[in-house]
Amino acid sequence: MIKRDKVFQIIDHIILFLVSLFCVLPLLLLFSSSFSNETAILHEGYHMLPRQFDLTAYKYIVNGSSGILRSYGISAVVTIAGTLGNLVLTILYAYPISRKDLKGRTFFSFFLFFTILFNGGLIPTYMMWTNTFHIKNSYLAYILPNLLVNGFYVIMARNYFSSNIPVALLESARMDGAGEFRILRSIVLPMSKPILATLGLFVSLNYWNDWQNGLYYISNDKMYTIQVLLNRMLLDTLYMQQGLAKNMSSSIGVSLPTATLKMAIAVLGAIPVLIIFPFISKYLSGGIVVGAVKG
Amino acid sequence: MLIPGFIYLLFNNYIPMTFTVIAFKKYNFQKGIWGSEFIGFDNFKSLFSTRDSWIILRNTVGYNLIFIAIGLFVGLAIAILLDELNSKKGKRAYQMTYLIPYMISITVVSYIVYALLSTDTGFINNSILRPLGKKGVSWYAQPAFWPFILVAVNQWKWLGYNSIIYYSSVISIDSSYYEAATIDGAARFQRIMYITIPIIRSTIITMTLLQLGSIFRSDFGLFYQVPMDSSALMNVTNTIDTYVYRGIKSVGTLGMSSAAGLYQSVVGFVLILAANGIVRKIDRDSAIF
Repeated sequence: MIKRDKVFQIIDHIILFLVSLFCVLPLLLLFSSSFSNETAILHEGYHMLPRQFDLTAYKYIVNGSSGILRSYGISAVVTIAGTLGNLVLTILYAYPISRKDLKGRTFFSFFLFFTILFNGGLIPTYMMWTNTFHIKNSYLAYILPNLLVNGFYVIMARNYFSSNIPVALLESARMDGAGEFRILRSIVLPMSKPILATLGLFVSLNYWNDWQNGLYYISNDKMYTIQVLLNRMLLDTLYMQQGLAKNMSSSIGVSLPTATLKMAIAVLGAIPVLIIFPFISKYLSGGIVVGAVKG
Repeated sequence: MLIPGFIYLLFNNYIPMTFTVIAFKKYNFQKGIWGSEFIGFDNFKSLFSTRDSWIILRNTVGYNLIFIAIGLFVGLAIAILLDELNSKKGKRAYQMTYLIPYMISITVVSYIVYALLSTDTGFINNSILRPLGKKGVSWYAQPAFWPFILVAVNQWKWLGYNSIIYYSSVISIDSSYYEAATIDGAARFQRIMYITIPIIRSTIITMTLLQLGSIFRSDFGLFYQVPMDSSALMNVTNTIDTYVYRGIKSVGTLGMSSAAGLYQSVVGFVLILAANGIVRKIDRDSAIF
């Protein structure tokens, strides 16, 4: 019996290990390709291990005139601004509807929940933002449409507030003469660090990884985030050769290493995610996203 | 206090709902949405008379069904294998690894796919087919392969997430059931079939129904960015979402695209209500509302 269990454990490990290879090898291919020599790649193709280790692609990126670093900076600013905006609006909405004494609580909850169930779709949303707010080619286009308030996240925050903050505490604060905003700031927020951290990670991941808002609303290539740049470079080969080469080749004097440069930019797009990954995986493993929506 | 969020939802979500009337109009840029001529269901008629309408419906629903079925099988299998593993460290390490693809943006995923499939420099053509003495394939021009590629990419991205949902419900099973079964002489496989699966049945049903509820939605990036918007592949990669997006770019098909968008929203809404209704009947606690 014990021997059979050992055999099973080994087989189990082997299967799970093969699955993890399936998950990781494609990323290894991406990383190795970005550290390879351009000519080697053109001859032998992308490879799992770097072919003639070479940092030329990264040198192009770091070179100031390339514009890639600017895209990187735009991504960072959009992510920070968007995440802060989202958290503020989420808390301001979630806290009142977590309180049983709010007038119109059912209405406001339903108003929020219905947005999860039904939406007008891409074209009406696009028309709203472009015709009414003229958001095309403005940085707000990265922040405002769709990502600023997410119904699921508001419900997660509401559930957290209603089950973790004792009503008695709020009442005694009111007796002491504290206003609602004061209570939110001095009592509720300090007690809500776990939910703020969780939502902050998810929201920042959404903002960092977003490319669709850029695809819909941004056509000025000086305003691209790294994800939009990635989208454009892959689908529009001319853009890669002309748009980027125009900025870069003069400064280094050799032709653009497009094959490795592509992969290097993709690596940069993934790196921040891989850095916050250990933190976020902790929350994911708890099944928090599915479990927390109900209630 | 909730006014800012309220106003945002009003604009981002509710006003666009009224804009869906565009699906019933002959849209004219000068006249705008409200000024354009009302043409009833003409946009829908012309949409459903095209071959595209059938293709995008088949692709959207078909891929979703395959994704759900394979996702369930793979997710459940991995969850059980993880649970049966004795090593605690192993469990954690594997779980972490499986979640990495879930976090990677679809644009980066499309570069990985490109690194694998590019005709000239791709890994598969150069490092697998060539050493075997076979000719390279121009993957981005061959529709026949794409159903498999898309399923594989989708699994790559979601297997970690799916398995963790099932895993978290498997580990909540009271271990005394297993001990009793072992004393009665149940083998491992019997234990899984007669204890594990029946107990987490409600999680399985709920997850599946909720996914069926969004069967009319597709992952835009997976179907647009990963196949590099290749027109040769359109037959097997065009879904409702990519079709609607292409409508923004060309005014000629805006009417039909907005009709397709509204059709997606309405059917999607009905399906979610239906799925939730069924979940409620089976297991009240698992329903989302």
